[in-house]
Amino acid sequence: MDIFLQQLVNGLVLGSIYALVALGYTMVYGILELINFAHGEVTMIGAMVALSVIGVLMGAAPDLPGVMVVLAGILVAIPACMALAFGIEKVAYRPLRKAPRLAPLITAIGVSIILQNLAMLIWGRQYVSFPPLLPVARFEFLGAHISLLQIVIVVLAVTIMAGLWLLVEKSRLGRAMRATAQSKEVAELMGVNVDRVISATFIIGAAIAAIAGVMVSAYYGLAHYYMGFMLGLKAFSAAVLGGIGNIAGAMLGGLLLGVIEALGAGYIGDITGGFLGSHYQDVFAFFVLILVLVFRPSGLLGERVANRA
Amino acid sequence: MLDSLRRRPRLAFALLAVLLAALPFIMGFGLGNSWVRVLDFVLLYVLLAIGLNIVVGYAGLLDLGYIAFYALGAYLYAWLASPHFGLHLPFWVVLPIGAAFAGLFGVLLGAPTLRLRGDYLAIVTLGFGEIIRIFMNNLNAPFNLTNGPQGMNLIDPVSVAGFSFGKTLHIFGLSLPPTYFYYYLFLAFTLLAIFIALRLQDSRIGRAWAAIREDEVAAAAMGINTRNLKLLAFAMGASFGGLAGGLFAAFQGFISPESFTLWESILVLCMIVLGGMGNIPGVILGAVLLTMIPEALRYIGDLQRATLGHVVVDPSDLRMLLFGVALVGMMLFRPAGLLPSRQRKREFAAEDGVAEQEQASLYDAKA
Repeated sequence: MDIFLQQLVNGLVLGSIYALVALGYTMVYGILELINFAHGEVTMIGAMVALSVIGVLMGAAPDLPGVMVVLAGILVAIPACMALAFGIEKVAYRPLRKAPRLAPLITAIGVSIILQNLAMLIWGRQYVSFPPLLPVARFEFLGAHISLLQIVIVVLAVTIMAGLWLLVEKSRLGRAMRATAQSKEVAELMGVNVDRVISATFIIGAAIAAIAGVMVSAYYGLAHYYMGFMLGLKAFSAAVLGGIGNIAGAMLGGLLLGVIEALGAGYIGDITGGFLGSHYQDVFAFFVLILVLVFRPSGLLGERVANRA
Repeated sequence: MLDSLRRRPRLAFALLAVLLAALPFIMGFGLGNSWVRVLDFVLLYVLLAIGLNIVVGYAGLLDLGYIAFYALGAYLYAWLASPHFGLHLPFWVVLPIGAAFAGLFGVLLGAPTLRLRGDYLAIVTLGFGEIIRIFMNNLNAPFNLTNGPQGMNLIDPVSVAGFSFGKTLHIFGLSLPPTYFYYYLFLAFTLLAIFIALRLQDSRIGRAWAAIREDEVAAAAMGINTRNLKLLAFAMGASFGGLAGGLFAAFQGFISPESFTLWESILVLCMIVLGGMGNIPGVILGAVLLTMIPEALRYIGDLQRATLGHVVVDPSDLRMLLFGVALVGMMLFRPAGLLPSRQRKREFAAEDGVAEQEQASLYDAKA
């Protein structure tokens, strides 16, 4: 029972990070029907930029409280990722909007390779460690350990999701986004500046990704130029699990995937009689993805579309 | 020159045959023996690209996990011809088994994904590829099947009639390393694959694949058994991959999960997209270019040393970066590929209306 609760907590924390990254995938897919492969790399860039700022600040102002330093890192990473995503969309995706669907998928992969390798040139091949700036208070809850960082991650993630939900459902921009997702042509006729809406979608997704990137690196205490790849794949799986294009679905899918992964990794040894161990953790995301796509391609919350997928 | 060759195809074929036969010697003595090794890899990638082209280019099924079949072929070769299980079967037994084994997995992957199209299929196949790699990486316990991340080594080289390809041959004052023999072996398999792929294209099966690619519903309405034909495309593509994997294992003598990452799948996909999907000469060109260019880029290091005095940027770091730039640039400026098939060229040159129709039909989740 202790293990169960502990893994549940770990899964929820990890899942809320997946959910944040998944939001970026699902928003872009909802509007452009494009798998933005580079989104995982944007997350990685967010973490790396924040870590660089943190490193500089720690050298320049060693008396600053740790929380402030991390906050400053996040505040620089967010606009950096927004600018990056804006540029990616403009250069690599916009000219291909009328091209066959494979073309933007390939450029997305290309951009992903470019960002990974640029990051490798800038920050090197080795792991960059997250300095111990944040308080390490731990709480005990029914035998499970919960750190302050974990609580902050979950609370922050839920706040961001609620904010995004409000933005999409209540604001003018949100209405324009939903209209564009339904039909670009009709939205344009109604006076929506579709290009601007698409840019805004990428930028919002990138801002959230930057925060998620810092969360991941703070949680694991590490950042690496390759970290965006697996994170991106899992977040995409989460988006599909929840129903791609559906914002609530991405949140649900992220949390579920995190929990499935954590519980799966905790129990796979017992279930298979020791045949498979916890190092198969990464497999779960893909199994879930395949099962969902085969049995319910529209995802948990996606509406059924005739002949879709 | 080209015109007169086109009018005399026999002469052209003869010249091509002589060129292909002499190529390793030209490269080996002109640029050094390491380039013969590059040639071998070019042929392996041509083989892979032709196999993937059956799935993606002919049948229109976007497969991002293709390298899994390459891995299965390689591991099967290692199981049947290395000290790992003490089996040492000859290559002409192992290679067909490897191709069939990979083909079987192709069907196993294809069967549950028959209903999926476009991006969704891409992601499922990607997941399948990663699952295979993760299993290869971890199946060293509880019983040692794959030797885990260390990989399997001491894999038997190919040997024909008592002559082992694994040793350097000294003859007529020349010393010929194994890369030369593998070149001719790979060349034979590659030519066979090209022949099969070309014949398939215009066959009843090939035309049925094209119909499925363009509009699956219409194809089914015309009486095409879309289920069997899609499975056949998966199986054929996979068995080409398995064959290439077996050859790779024998050639390298060592395999590990490192060689079968997602990036390899993407690399092979990029070859056929860059060259011109569905068009065999284009696919070959794509495979040749994408294998040769990174090798040529190694010289950037020497260039830096000559001009700047020291290496500023490690060329191996730069290779992938330039590769990404090339991918994006290619898609932006020549999306149909370098040598597109006639049909795709027409589609890309067509009016906007047709282009949109094309967008709706090819790789579209919404039919």
